[in-house]
Amino acid sequence: MSPTDPTKASATELSTALANGDVSSLELTEHFLERIKRLNPTINAVITVTEDAARQDAIEADQRIAAGDQGPLTGIPLLHKDIFCTNGVLTTCASRMLDNFVPPYDATVVARLRDAGTVMLGKTNMDEFAMGSSNETSFYGPTVNPWDVSRVPGGSSGGSAAAVAAGFAPLSTGTDTGGSIRQPAALCGITGLKPTYGRVSRLGIIAFASSLDQAGPMTRTVEDAALMLSAIAGMDSGDSTSADRPVPDFRADLGGNIEGLRIGIPREYFSDDLDTAIAAQVKTALSELESEGAKLIDIDLPHTRDAIATYYVIAPAEASTNLSRYDGVRFGHRCAQPKDLEDLYFRSRTEGFGDEVKRRILVGTYVLSSGFYDAYFKRAQQVRRIISEDFSRAFEQVDVIAGPATPGTAFPLGSKNNDPVSMYMEDIYTLAVNLAGLPGLSLPAGAVNGLPVGLQLIGRAFDESTLLKAGHRLQQRTDWHRRAPDVEVSR
Amino acid sequence: MPWETVMGLEVHLQLATDSKIFSGSPSRFGAEPNVQADAVDLGMPGMLPVLNTRAVEFAVRFGLGVGAKIGRRSVFDRKNYFYPDLPKGYQISQFFEPIVGEGLFEVPMPDGSLFPIRILRAHLEEDAGKSVHDAFPDQTGIDLNRAGTPLLEIVTEPDFRTAEQAVAYLKALHSLVTYLGISDGNMSEGSMRCDVNISLRPVGSDTLGTRTEIKNVNSFRFVEKAIEVETERQADLLDNGETVTQETRLYDADRNETRSMRSKEVANDYRYFPEPDLLPVVLDEATIESIAQSLPELPGPKRARFIEQYTLSDYDAALLVSSRAMADYFESAVADCDEPKLVANWILGDLSAAMNREDLDIDQTPVSASALAGLITRIADNTLSSKLAKQVFEGLWLGEGSADDIIEARGLKQVSDTGELEAMIDDVITNNPDQVAQYQAADEAKQKKLSGFFVGQIMKASKGQANPQLVSQLLMKKLSD
Repeated sequence: MSPTDPTKASATELSTALANGDVSSLELTEHFLERIKRLNPTINAVITVTEDAARQDAIEADQRIAAGDQGPLTGIPLLHKDIFCTNGVLTTCASRMLDNFVPPYDATVVARLRDAGTVMLGKTNMDEFAMGSSNETSFYGPTVNPWDVSRVPGGSSGGSAAAVAAGFAPLSTGTDTGGSIRQPAALCGITGLKPTYGRVSRLGIIAFASSLDQAGPMTRTVEDAALMLSAIAGMDSGDSTSADRPVPDFRADLGGNIEGLRIGIPREYFSDDLDTAIAAQVKTALSELESEGAKLIDIDLPHTRDAIATYYVIAPAEASTNLSRYDGVRFGHRCAQPKDLEDLYFRSRTEGFGDEVKRRILVGTYVLSSGFYDAYFKRAQQVRRIISEDFSRAFEQVDVIAGPATPGTAFPLGSKNNDPVSMYMEDIYTLAVNLAGLPGLSLPAGAVNGLPVGLQLIGRAFDESTLLKAGHRLQQRTDWHRRAPDVEVSR
Repeated sequence: MPWETVMGLEVHLQLATDSKIFSGSPSRFGAEPNVQADAVDLGMPGMLPVLNTRAVEFAVRFGLGVGAKIGRRSVFDRKNYFYPDLPKGYQISQFFEPIVGEGLFEVPMPDGSLFPIRILRAHLEEDAGKSVHDAFPDQTGIDLNRAGTPLLEIVTEPDFRTAEQAVAYLKALHSLVTYLGISDGNMSEGSMRCDVNISLRPVGSDTLGTRTEIKNVNSFRFVEKAIEVETERQADLLDNGETVTQETRLYDADRNETRSMRSKEVANDYRYFPEPDLLPVVLDEATIESIAQSLPELPGPKRARFIEQYTLSDYDAALLVSSRAMADYFESAVADCDEPKLVANWILGDLSAAMNREDLDIDQTPVSASALAGLITRIADNTLSSKLAKQVFEGLWLGEGSADDIIEARGLKQVSDTGELEAMIDDVITNNPDQVAQYQAADEAKQKKLSGFFVGQIMKASKGQANPQLVSQLLMKKLSD
């Protein structure tokens, strides 16, 4: 085994070790498989482990490396959120509804990472159908936070975030509809990027809210996120909403300084909603960027709070119809002995979906129904445009917008389960970014009471490079991203 | 009370694209169940629609064909309802912003006149699959081959007053879409399905009554019958002081009645909203212009040209252009023999009768346009009398060769041998002394009339084969001798 501890190493470091022959992909794979086997019963971050296929992939990766035919991600083990369809591998979306679903195809993100030579170790836990901010809505039980197992890891990509934090893999994939990459990344002390809407193909990702969903990397470092984004980004003819735009070499774009970078600080992001200790940590991180030559400029995003109501109309509306296909007819859960068609629908869906999913289907159905469409859905679309214009105006003055990723640190399991609105408040800083389709990067920026705090950087559409560069500068100056929980102890 | 029937039609037209509207599966009719359905058609998790641009082009062709406004920007919407043959639980359609806006369609009526119908809109959508109720005992099978087949739904204003108009519209629509090459328009295979919205109002009133919608009437004849019985049903209700319930009804051809669909099947709130998986369809002038350039001459303009260029009657022209193949056949035959009126008569007469008898389309007939032209040439040059021509046509139909071959082989050539004809003429003159005397006493004008008698007798004696021209020439000479 290499001098670096793979549990704490970045993918970039492991890539170097692989290229130097310090370690093989198979050794790395065995290392992480063993760790998952030992610690997953505590963390519950992984739903399915694909042990045999992983070894096979690792052997092939080692052959590519031996032949000098490798890319930067060849041989790197990773985990996919269980929302990505994986050919021949159970894909549940953490729902009883898909407890038996094995897709005959790979999501484009999965295929591209496979082509890049990554080794899939398995599939990570999540909130059911990505609906939740705590990973507690999973049919397979909650994932817990590796920093404190009595607390949530955030959600919906909580399994992916906890897995990277717990050293199950250096990389994982996530999806982000209203903060589902950035919020768990912040609560677990890792780096998570939600790319611009359209940057990454949605084909093969089980849809939650189609106009908001976007896949992205969850990693230890910004450099790894850049590497991974280059691998998954780019036009896909199978997704009409994927953007036909050139994909930069995001890692190469990390170089250089951020002298003169204008960073906007929205007053609304530092209001009473925010925990004061977190505010202090975020401000410290911002002053680090200032030391690198960035200029901090106060700005306004006046419709920040409207994002919550807007999001909780649009997302459930889209979800309510996206989830109509789960009817017990062709795949997924079917109730036993249906009496007739209505009974088949009624019981299959009643049994197959959990409470939060049902709540959102009901809300979504309501806001689209005749007589309410104009008052809710249409109005929400109008407000969505206004929120988007807030950002456009702000980006006339600044290059990047920065603030906290979440209003608080990881909260205790069960503490918000009976209060959906307080749960929805978790995403107050992230939702608007999805509504506007912008890229958002969450990265570790300190801790409060031993729990990680996340800084969020928001960029112009398709300008992930600037976000990543600023984030990378911060990680060059600080070591928050290097801190890892001692999972062995927290057991 | 005398009632006026008011109707609007909705036609679902399957577009003849090679693949489905949102997936790469083929969309042929009649394949084994579920062999033409891929992961997109099955609504599998994570699958996304990708718009078939050919379907868009076909919709634009239709729009241009009825002079409609083409939406420079059209948007797909989801129409939500649960049914086992609707895999996603929603149908992708266009509700708020359709691709084809208002147009006008001039429908030729059986009497040759034109009846204008206003097209309200036409929009693209995907077809659903089929529920198969008779394949498994106590269970319903689902065949998703048809799911995702592109449909153009064409909606008219309530401009129809009679069943005859509705049928004429459907026939003209069938003709138009086959000209445009966008659909085979085959009603029996479901390529063209018609819903009729129908209401009654007192004659003279201009407010609309309560309507019912008769779904999926799948032949011209059934449309006519369904309208008749539904009109009667509504008139009976109204005459008895009852009211018509706004509802969807099915036409039952076996019982020749319409009946209400269970309200559960139709009481849907479709919750339309813009389909987030697809971008709006944006069409620029250049694209529309290039599609316009590619359109063939359509039935309307062709009909006008036939009337003008070939001096055909409105009626004949309308019939000839009703199918592009027939119009092409006509022009091809005319090019060979330059006898438009004769060609029209033969196509609409003997040829159509033979095709109907054997249930063939014009592109399946054994008599090619040039073969028919060969026959007509011999009629025009008097080689054949019309009686002989019918026999030659029979030979053509049976594949006995060209008109000239058949004339030769069947010995149908007119007798033009002077000696033979003179002998026949002499016989007739000898046997009809009274008529001869009458003829010789008459003036020139009267003589012309009376000569017909002798020609008729001679033709009879020759079993129709005497060359009538030569006969009258020789006859004049003999009679004036």
